[in-house]
Formats: sequence, structure tokens, C-alpha cells
Amino acid sequence: MKRTLPDAQGHFGRFGGRFVPETLMAPLIELERAWTAAKRDRQFQRRLAALLHDYAGRPTPLYLAERLTEQCGGAQIYLKREDLCHTGAHKINNVLGQALLASRMKKRRVIAETGAGQHGVATATAAALLGLECDVYMGAEDVERQALNVFRMRLLGARVISVEAGSRTLKDAINEALRDWVTNVRTTYYLLGSALGPHPYPVMVRDLHAVIGRETRRQTRRVLRRLPDVLVACVGGGSNAIGLFHPFIADRRVRIVGVEPGGEGIATGRHGASMSAGAVGVLHGCMSYLLQNDDGQIATAHSVSAGLDYPGVGPEHAYYRDAGRFEFVSVTDAEALEGFEILTRLEGIMPALESAHAVAHAIRLAKTLPRSKAIVVGLSGRGDKDVHVVAKALGKAIG
Amino acid sequence: MTRLEATFARLRGRGERALVTYFMAGDPSLAVTRRLVIEAARRGADVVELGVPFSDPLADGPVIQRAAMRALAAGTTMPRVLETVATLRAEVRVPLVLLAYYNPVLAFGLKAFARTAADAGVDGVIVADLPPEEADPLAAEAEAAGLDLIHLVAPTSTPPRVRLIARRSRGFIYVVSLTGVTGERQELPPDLATQIRTLRLVTTKPVCIGFGISTPAQVAAIGRLADGAIVGSAIVRLVEERAGSPTLVEDVGTFIAELKAPLRAGLGDPPQTPPPGAGLGDPLQTPPPGAGLGDPLQIPPAGAGLGAPAQTPRAAGAARL
Repeated sequence: MKRTLPDAQGHFGRFGGRFVPETLMAPLIELERAWTAAKRDRQFQRRLAALLHDYAGRPTPLYLAERLTEQCGGAQIYLKREDLCHTGAHKINNVLGQALLASRMKKRRVIAETGAGQHGVATATAAALLGLECDVYMGAEDVERQALNVFRMRLLGARVISVEAGSRTLKDAINEALRDWVTNVRTTYYLLGSALGPHPYPVMVRDLHAVIGRETRRQTRRVLRRLPDVLVACVGGGSNAIGLFHPFIADRRVRIVGVEPGGEGIATGRHGASMSAGAVGVLHGCMSYLLQNDDGQIATAHSVSAGLDYPGVGPEHAYYRDAGRFEFVSVTDAEALEGFEILTRLEGIMPALESAHAVAHAIRLAKTLPRSKAIVVGLSGRGDKDVHVVAKALGKAIG
Repeated sequence: MTRLEATFARLRGRGERALVTYFMAGDPSLAVTRRLVIEAARRGADVVELGVPFSDPLADGPVIQRAAMRALAAGTTMPRVLETVATLRAEVRVPLVLLAYYNPVLAFGLKAFARTAADAGVDGVIVADLPPEEADPLAAEAEAAGLDLIHLVAPTSTPPRVRLIARRSRGFIYVVSLTGVTGERQELPPDLATQIRTLRLVTTKPVCIGFGISTPAQVAAIGRLADGAIVGSAIVRLVEERAGSPTLVEDVGTFIAELKAPLRAGLGDPPQTPPPGAGLGDPLQTPPPGAGLGDPLQIPPAGAGLGAPAQTPRAAGAARL
């Protein structure tokens, strides 16, 4: 498998690329150059490493979930604890790198899109830290669903802009952020939060999250004296997943499994499983698998977890899926909620509903594998933000 | 010569500028769109753009976004837009250009799209999110089918990109006047004249300016710079406001006639390389009534070169791109 991906125009095979209005082409090329230069800049790298260590709390632990493993009676389940990162999710890895890049490019204003609010909170956090102006676009429906995160962003000094257009969720927030960027591109940095969008975003976001996989390699070598047998992570756009997976792509013996949101079940049409039920198309600047109708209109995704509620998937995931390197499965809302409850009760760890999808599949998988095998689950975020959703799903009131 | 090329050549010959009008296909219905296009052609539109609605129109401002949502809600699809064009072709002679986003084109299939569109009588296609770097597959099919693939140039386009776009674009070059999305603006951007001058240095292809142009005064200013003015949101907003009114079609027609008026005969050839210091800093001013035609920017002799307007020699030391 070639490791020289993507090509100069950001293509992973037929996926990826730059499908944007001409106004954004030169800025994207400039961004790519700035990122390439920053990667080679030792001072930049030292500053990022220091922030990841001292501010974000890296490295995150690799934790053997013993009681969960025992309960499943099969493979050992390890959790890569991104939920312990500052702001409560892996999102901070990417945000710190890109916010530093924005400063390096002398942009004083950053904009971001957010679904569940985790990327918005992380961006607002980094903006506060680096003294940048910050506007976050969020679908009106998500603003209602995630009031707590909206308030957190405002406390951090960000402006939250509610997007009423279209389906009023993450995809519309990205449209609106892109419209803002087209308008203010000379002064504004678009801090995209997932491993998608036009080149160089998928590569940049992947590079910044690859610290997850690199740490996991080191940690499994120390604990297991070898690499893990299976990696499992949830995939909406796919940022935490590509971060965990990427450093293992060349290790053919490591099985790599992405878990998509099955929503109410693939058959119902209410889900977010673009790999399982989508078709190749172009949205938000890149070619990938998308949920769409026969006329090429983008469908509305559905998932109990707002962070997976997106009708597309990162182009690198699409490439490795077609290449047969990554497997994709789906987990329904109900199964994810069950995963949430099991992990909470057995390990005292409340996962984000996004991460609960990965947990649920790891449980399923562990039962089919011998005790000698080791599964690493990307526990991408903590579940505090989802408590009210869980309460509602369980038919209980909070307090 | 394609219908688009012939249209611009004819207009140049008459010292006229093109009025390019945009409608969202299917807003409020394809039947009404059809009547609007016929009326537009009758009242002075030289080229008609038909927007193909897309669920995620990220290059568009609120007016066209709303129109796209209405069109989709009314059941508009790419095949139905193409069927409408086919029926229109018997009625109007103006070039018809589709303005789409890439995904509905991809979903139709590139080859099938190019052939079906050309057979229906579509003359050109503009894809808002398809820069030249990604356009080869569609360009190949479009060329084979005899469809002009029109590219856009933006204020942020670097000199090498301007050259690339000018070379690749067929039919005309679509100049995005401002950094932003579609929609009406109070004023035209001040650096527009410079942008056009830069472009004229590398191409003789017709140049049309769009984004933010909504009034006859703005159209008049554009007429002194380019081969054509593209008006979208202002027309779409009028359609939105008058939808359901019995005078919708007539009202839109009246507006189009007002927009076309300042572009009619007597403008001479569009300026190619304007003389330095020829009042370029003030292209935005509304010309006094009846006085706009004697603008200092134009290179006068009417009838000087049909289709291939004489390009004034480059001023010595003119910035090379």
C-alpha cells in the first residue's frame, strides 16, 4: 500500500480533491503551503508538542477495561482515553495545531462549524488561549440540542451563530462557515474540525490527530510487547478514527474497523452510515461516500449522537475502505446507548455517545475473539454533554 | 462557432453588451420558469442562466438558497430541468446556460449529462464548485458533446490561475466581482476595473461579470468594463416577491428591460487594454442619463472588428501576468 497519499491535488485515489468555488482555490493552496512549512518548522512543532503535553494533557492513557473484558469473555478491550483530553474530546489535538497555524499565518479571526458542540468548544478554547477572535457556526437544531456547549462557547468568548438554513444541522453549519470564509478569506482562518473538506484539510486534520495512533503504538508495545490485533473507532467525518488508524495502515496484521452511526437502523433510512448506504459524490469540497438521493441531493443524516450526524465521511476513509484496508460496520442508536450504559456501569467511564458506538462494536467483537487478542477502542470523548440525551432515551428526567 | 460565441460576436459587432439573466429552475415551478425565460429573451436578455437547485448551495447567498429550497420542494430534478430546456429550445434562440453544483451533475453521470444537455439545447454549463483542476472529466465530455464549460475567475485568483482559467473557459469567462457569495450589494467592488484589466491582458474571450449586480446603474457600470453583466439574486428576489401574482412574468420582464437598456447599442467594443488613467477609479458612478455611451474607457470605432475585436497593443511595460 502506498504511503505517498494523497497526490499533489489532495486525491486519495478517486476521493478527496478540491471541489470549491474559485474564490477559495488560492487560499487553499496558500493554506497547504503554510501547513507544509509549519510541519518543518521546529519551533512550531515544539510549541505544539508543549501545548499538547501541558495544556491538552497528552499523552492520554491506554487503559485496560478489565471488568468489561471479563464481562465479554473474549478479547481484551483497551480504551485509548481521548475523553481525558482538555475540553473532553480528541478535538483539541487538531484545534491547537490549526489555531497555532492561524496565528502563524497572521490571521486574527478563526471560524469553525460544530455539530455536537465539541469542536466548537475546542476552537473557542484555543481562540481564548491564543487571543483570536472566534465565530462558531452551529445548526439551529443542534443549538437547541446542545445548549450547554453553546453556553460554554459563549463563556470562552466565542460568538455562536445559529444556522437556520437547510436541515439546520452540521452540514448546514459547514455550508455557512464556507460562505463566511469565501467572504472574509483574506482575514479569516477556517478551522475545520473533521477529516474532510477540500485539500489540505483532510491531511492536516489527520496529521494533527495521528498523535492518537502514535501513542497507541508505543503504549501497546510497552503493555502487550506487540501491536494490537484490532482498532475500533467511531466514524462520522472520521477525525478521531483516522488519527488512531493512520499510524497502523502499513501494519497489515492490525485489523482496522470504523463504526458508523446506524441510527434507527439502515433499513429505516434514518441513519448516518454513508459507507454502508451511500454513493460516491461531492460535498463540502471533497469527493467521498455520501448519503444522497438519485438526483444527487444530499440526504439528512440521523444519529442519536450529534457528532456523527453528518451525511458524508472523510475521503481517506473512503479510499481505504475501497482498498479493503478499513472495514466499516454500523451500530444503531439503541446499541450505542447500551454501550454507554455498560461502560458507565462496569468501568465508571461515561463515554460520549459518538464513542459509545465504538464501545458497542468492540463489545460485539470481543465476544467472538479469543482472550489472547487485544482490541483498542478509540474513546474519543466523554459523555457529560450527552447526559440529557441519554436521560430522554431512557425515559427519565434529570434531577 | 457555438451559440454563445456567436452571440457575443454579434453583440460586439453592434457595440452592445450582453445581459445575462439568472433564474432558479423550478422556482416557483418549471412551468413558470419556462414562461420567465421566454419573457426574458423577449425583453432583452442575451443569455439565460438556469440554476439547477442543490440541497447545499455553498456559493450562494440567502436569496438563491431560498429559491433552491423552493425549487427542490416543488420536485425539480436535473432530468426535469433538462426536459424543460428541450421544450424551451423551440421557443427561444438565446443561449441557455446551466449553473449547477457538481454533485447533481455527477449523479446524472458526466457523459449522460453532457449528451442529454447538449441534445436538449443547453449551450453551456457553469459548475460553481468545480475549479479547472478538477474539471477534466466533465470538460472532456462537454467538449465531445459540444457544450461550453464556463469557468469562473475570482478576485483571489492568482495570475497563474487567471491564465489557466482564461485558457480553459469556453463560451465566456465568468468574473466573480467580489469575494463572497451571490447576492445584491449596494456598491460594486472598487478594484473591479483592475481585475478586468488584468484578465484582458491574457484573453480575448468574452468576459461577463456577476455577483452583486442588481440595478440598472450597476449594469451600466459593468457595461463599460465587460462584455456582459450577469444579474441573479435581484431577479430571483423579484420572482420570490411576485410569485403567485398574475403580473409576475410581466413584472420580471419589465425589470429585465430596465437592466438591458444601458447595455444597448453605441458602447463600441468592450475595452481591451484600457489606456492608463482613463478614469478607472470610478467605474461605479451612474452615468448621467444618455451620457453613458461616451465613456472614455471604450475603444471607439463602432463596427471595428466583428467577433475578434481589435486588441490594442499592450502598453509598454504593462504588467505581465
